[in-house]
Amino acid sequence: MISESSLEKLKILAGAAKYDVSCASSGTQRSNTKGGIGNASAWGICHSFTEDGRCVSLLKIMLSNYCIYDCAYCINRKSNEIPRTSFTPDEIAKLTIEFYRRNYIEGLFLSSGVLVNPDHTMERMVSVAKLLRTEHRYNGYIHLKAIPGASPQLIADAGRWADRLSVNIEIPTENNLKLLAPDKDFKSVLEPMKIISANILESKAERKIHRNAPLFSPAGQSTQLIIGATDDTDHTILKLSSALYSRRDLKRVYYSGYIPVNSYDTRLPALIAPPLRREHRLYQADWLLRFYGFGSQEIVNAENPNLDLELDPKVSWALRNPHLFPIDINKADPAMLLRIPGIGTRSVPLILLARQHQRLNSTHLKKLGVVMKRARYFITCNELRSQNIQELKPELVRQLLLEKKAIGNDGAVQLKLFHPMMPALR
Amino acid sequence: MNVFSFDNTFEGLLTLIFESYRQGRFPDEILSGEGSQCILFGSTIIVETDDRKAERVWKGIISHSSEENAHRIYRVFLADIRDTPLLLAKFICFTIDSVKNEETNFAEPLVLEVHKLHQKVCKEAHRVQMFVRFQKTVEASYYASFAPMYDVLPLCIPHFRDRYADQSWIIYDLKRNYGFLYDLKNVSRVVFDELRVNTQNGQLHSALLAEDEILFQKLWKQYYRSICIQERKNDKVHRQLLPKRFWKYLPEKGIL
Repeated sequence: MISESSLEKLKILAGAAKYDVSCASSGTQRSNTKGGIGNASAWGICHSFTEDGRCVSLLKIMLSNYCIYDCAYCINRKSNEIPRTSFTPDEIAKLTIEFYRRNYIEGLFLSSGVLVNPDHTMERMVSVAKLLRTEHRYNGYIHLKAIPGASPQLIADAGRWADRLSVNIEIPTENNLKLLAPDKDFKSVLEPMKIISANILESKAERKIHRNAPLFSPAGQSTQLIIGATDDTDHTILKLSSALYSRRDLKRVYYSGYIPVNSYDTRLPALIAPPLRREHRLYQADWLLRFYGFGSQEIVNAENPNLDLELDPKVSWALRNPHLFPIDINKADPAMLLRIPGIGTRSVPLILLARQHQRLNSTHLKKLGVVMKRARYFITCNELRSQNIQELKPELVRQLLLEKKAIGNDGAVQLKLFHPMMPALR
Repeated sequence: MNVFSFDNTFEGLLTLIFESYRQGRFPDEILSGEGSQCILFGSTIIVETDDRKAERVWKGIISHSSEENAHRIYRVFLADIRDTPLLLAKFICFTIDSVKNEETNFAEPLVLEVHKLHQKVCKEAHRVQMFVRFQKTVEASYYASFAPMYDVLPLCIPHFRDRYADQSWIIYDLKRNYGFLYDLKNVSRVVFDELRVNTQNGQLHSALLAEDEILFQKLWKQYYRSICIQERKNDKVHRQLLPKRFWKYLPEKGIL
């Protein structure tokens, strides 16, 4: 059981799980049951933040870091000589409950290296979730990783106990995936995603008929892509994300800047530092896809296959489409307001409400949280017009925005995107 | 200059509004709590809290705006800073005197100020839900110390009550010296005369801790350290997200 000796195991198995960036505990709203422990909060709760600025919401841990696969980008590949260990399902369940009771965590995120074969591993992971839900009467959040190659029956079992399931694609194109992970192909990753998505749809349909029909992975599914380990462009990456959001109904695609964990492997690029800025821009683009009504082709396309690292993707889009501006703040519809640089999902609802009472000018906008140093070139409001993108031309606006940025920007990348956010338009 | 003084309760503030309208005198200054007889201002109108008068004002706010707006006013009152009573008195009078419902007129400074303070109060309440850390006691109940910037514990109680329904717990506000106790049935307000707590880090006296409490704090700290990716260290963002004022109550940040 849990004792002083668990400290070492925890160190190894948490350390092995840390490269998985998913941390969300949102997407399920569930009250506690009588005599039970825990509930799930729809927007999720972060309970701490690590020194790398990431949120700690779940006990993110591996059941085991033994693995039969040899993926080039993974710290746990079988050819690495690292300390290996496993927790028993009992130990994981106990640790989760004890952490949960102290309000350290919002729930469990369980992953695992592949032991013996995919089915064997998946079965052990499902047993942890079942143990928590039945014996411990636990109603908090559970996120399980679906192991590529596990049988449809086991994935169906997992979805019954878990709030969210995820399968990591990791490498955005099949050729590169085969190159770096010879034991995997796209089918082995995409197949479980398809099964999960089919089960979710089925459960939703059944619940329309019987209110008490069992839920299946109510917080949906997510995946992760590693950025910068291959030569794939942002265009390829965002096209994939966009397809996953619309066709597989994914809740989140996470982007993980590649950290050279196996620098000896020559199939991988030699990086001085992880591509954090590119990762940040991808998250911004992802937000545009999910909450701002953009299509992936508008953000990146064949002529502009990569995101501009110096400016955020919305500004880049606006500079490529000067004919749409300036936009009248007091008249534009919500979808168009959301497309203005410097205006976001927080300020749009405020603008919509406030302009019913009176016409807004730039002082009002500033107080409502609009970033005027960006927005000013793209809007007109209830006052004398200032110089906008039509008069200044996109090239000059770009220069002006970059000059503003140079002041007080030390290159630190904001990771605030890990916060759950409320979409303004649904 | 009209100076009012009240007992610093929410009902007291609503009674104050009632009295303002009755006497036709509106506050320029509001003094709260004991020791508020300030001679400098000449005469002070002392408000005696009256639940029936408060109720009428509460209903008045709802009929002139919305139920949500009335609850928003209550939450802003919990900001518990010197200027809030006067701000709210002005805001309530503005609400009652307006022909239309003005609660979403964010171009009006008074509305925006209340809205912003409301967001701050809600954020602090959310942070209590994030950063409260329970310690298991010898009696197998759970204790947490905290010192929120605003008086937001009352807003967090429903959350904790639902989530930790099968364990008894106490959440204690060290700054305001009161807390809430849940005994598996009811939640009640408690004040301890003598608290066996280290006020530096909120830790209970070691004799009161359950046998395995220190082990789980160590495990949590080990976990916290292990999941940090050194190559991505970002101190600035870390401090923004986890402000230093909370560190002393977090086992993962403490020296153990």
